Amino acid sequence: MSAPGEPAIRVRGLRTQFGPQVVHDALDLDVARGEILGVVGGSGTGKSVLMRAILNLRPPDAGTVEVLGQTITNDAAAHVNLQRQTGVLFQDGALFSSLTVAENVAVPLKAHHPEITAELLAALIQLKIRLAGLPDSAATKLPSELSGGMRKRAGLARALALDPALLFLDEPTAGLDPIGAAQFDQLLKTLKESLGLTVFLITHDLDTLYAICDRVAVLGRQRILTIGPLAEVERFDDPWVHDYFHGPRARAARQSVHDRST
Amino acid sequence: MNQASWLRPAAEAPGRYLVSGDWRLGNLAEIRGGLADFAAQVDTLDAADIEALDSAGALLLLMTAERLGVPPEQIMLRAEHTALYAAVRDARSTEPAPPQADAGALTRFLAHIGRAVAGIADDLRQLLGFLGLTVVRLGACLVRPRRIPVTSVVHHMEQTGLDALPLVCLLSFLVGAVITFLGATVLADFGAELYVIDLTSYAFMREFGVILTAILLAGRTASAFTAQIGTMKSREEIDAMRTLGLDPVDLLVVPRLLALLVMLPLLSVAATLSGIGGGMAVAWLTLNIVPELFINHLYETIELRHYLVGLGKAPIFALVIALVGCLEGFKVAGTAQSVGERTTSAVVQAITLVILIDAFAALFFMEMGW
Repeated sequence: MSAPGEPAIRVRGLRTQFGPQVVHDALDLDVARGEILGVVGGSGTGKSVLMRAILNLRPPDAGTVEVLGQTITNDAAAHVNLQRQTGVLFQDGALFSSLTVAENVAVPLKAHHPEITAELLAALIQLKIRLAGLPDSAATKLPSELSGGMRKRAGLARALALDPALLFLDEPTAGLDPIGAAQFDQLLKTLKESLGLTVFLITHDLDTLYAICDRVAVLGRQRILTIGPLAEVERFDDPWVHDYFHGPRARAARQSVHDRST
Repeated sequence: MNQASWLRPAAEAPGRYLVSGDWRLGNLAEIRGGLADFAAQVDTLDAADIEALDSAGALLLLMTAERLGVPPEQIMLRAEHTALYAAVRDARSTEPAPPQADAGALTRFLAHIGRAVAGIADDLRQLLGFLGLTVVRLGACLVRPRRIPVTSVVHHMEQTGLDALPLVCLLSFLVGAVITFLGATVLADFGAELYVIDLTSYAFMREFGVILTAILLAGRTASAFTAQIGTMKSREEIDAMRTLGLDPVDLLVVPRLLALLVMLPLLSVAATLSGIGGGMAVAWLTLNIVPELFINHLYETIELRHYLVGLGKAPIFALVIALVGCLEGFKVAGTAQSVGERTTSAVVQAITLVILIDAFAALFFMEMGW
């Protein structure tokens, strides 16, 4: 384990490319412990690719990635350790479609902790499903029988199964209705505070950014354009960033947060 | 580790117990095992010494407290753990849903059989309905030939026919060789080796040419049709077609059916020729029947009607394979597993129907004396 002052994720000089197309070049990023970092950027700026690089699903072409003080290599033991400490919610959940929700949550638990008894396993699964805000009746259902919002919650329950220190979310509120999205935002905030999670959150949802993110990183031109609290990022001098945070939708999102706080 | 490293009585106050150690998921089974037979009069659990706690550990702490009869508010925690503990306690205290009544093994077994039988009847009814629908659409296309999607038909003719040609020829050749070899072994005892020619050519012209092709295509093509249409179904492409005013049967089923109706008879011709070729090769190599003699004997003994009887079944098999393959594709419901199940079902149904129809046809032709 590393010292508490150290960042949860430290990326230095990251370069990823697909053939001649360079997605990231000399990208640096620090994610502090216990914060929710929102990652935004236009389509094709490599938000998901950055997440995959940090998770070592796609090894970087150059540069280093450190997660919780551990440099990511292809060493198998380090890889298992990384998997135990990170939970990932993919777009649309990526649940195993042939397994029920409870079985989906059981998969990482059984794989990493086969010594846990059946009774304890059942209690753990029930806890994770409830923490994710799902009713108990959802446990025996197949992913195809759930609504989009419930699938995301089930995916979150699976991501939380191993009690990770780090949670990666790829557009968690995309495709949800505004009420469901707001509930999901609140759920994330509660879970982050009670479980002490560090959250890497890719989103297009301005409401989510304003509601729950501690800091925001803007991806563009193959690197992090700017990173910091929203108030700072909004003032950053770049046409794309300006359009993003000063368009009509951003104004509305900012206004609603303002209304709620007063 | 023993029980004392997780839970031990405080020295100064009776009924007060100290909880310590690393209460995280990795140690969960060990803690559980260590505390399995712990029993004492406990009033308060002091968990301020816990080094590390996660939600799994909090759950176990709560379960232990429940078992010992300690009320949840009598658990002392460090400030940094209280939020986590409160979240877990809230989730834990929700009323559990009533358990569903579980049927017995025999009931489930009987229900399984019942569902399977009802499923077969349902499949058959749907297949007949689909046959009717497709025949109407095919008829509409044939009346107005300009509506036939030629590009699509040619594409499927290549995929289902031309690409399968080497496989069909090779397997028929080998089966022809094996039949001739078996026949020769038996007939040699009677000194009637020459009749091995009749055996092989009868078998291939009447039955094997077409049924080998049909079985191969049932495995190769019906599964492909199901997977193609099923994947489109699960990505909502079929629904998209309907909203655009396009008919999925016209666009997906008619070209595949037309392609197979043309290609299956052609492939079965190739299969018959290869099978007889295989027989000829074995006859020449092991029985010294030269090809000239083989062909002469064939001309003298075999009538054309035998071949027509065999070839006449080819379009029916083509219809069955195309319909079953496409219909199973339309039945796919969303999941990856469903595509797999439907593909399996398509191959099983297609092969079963092909062999069933062939058996009835053989009976019929025999009774008719054709």
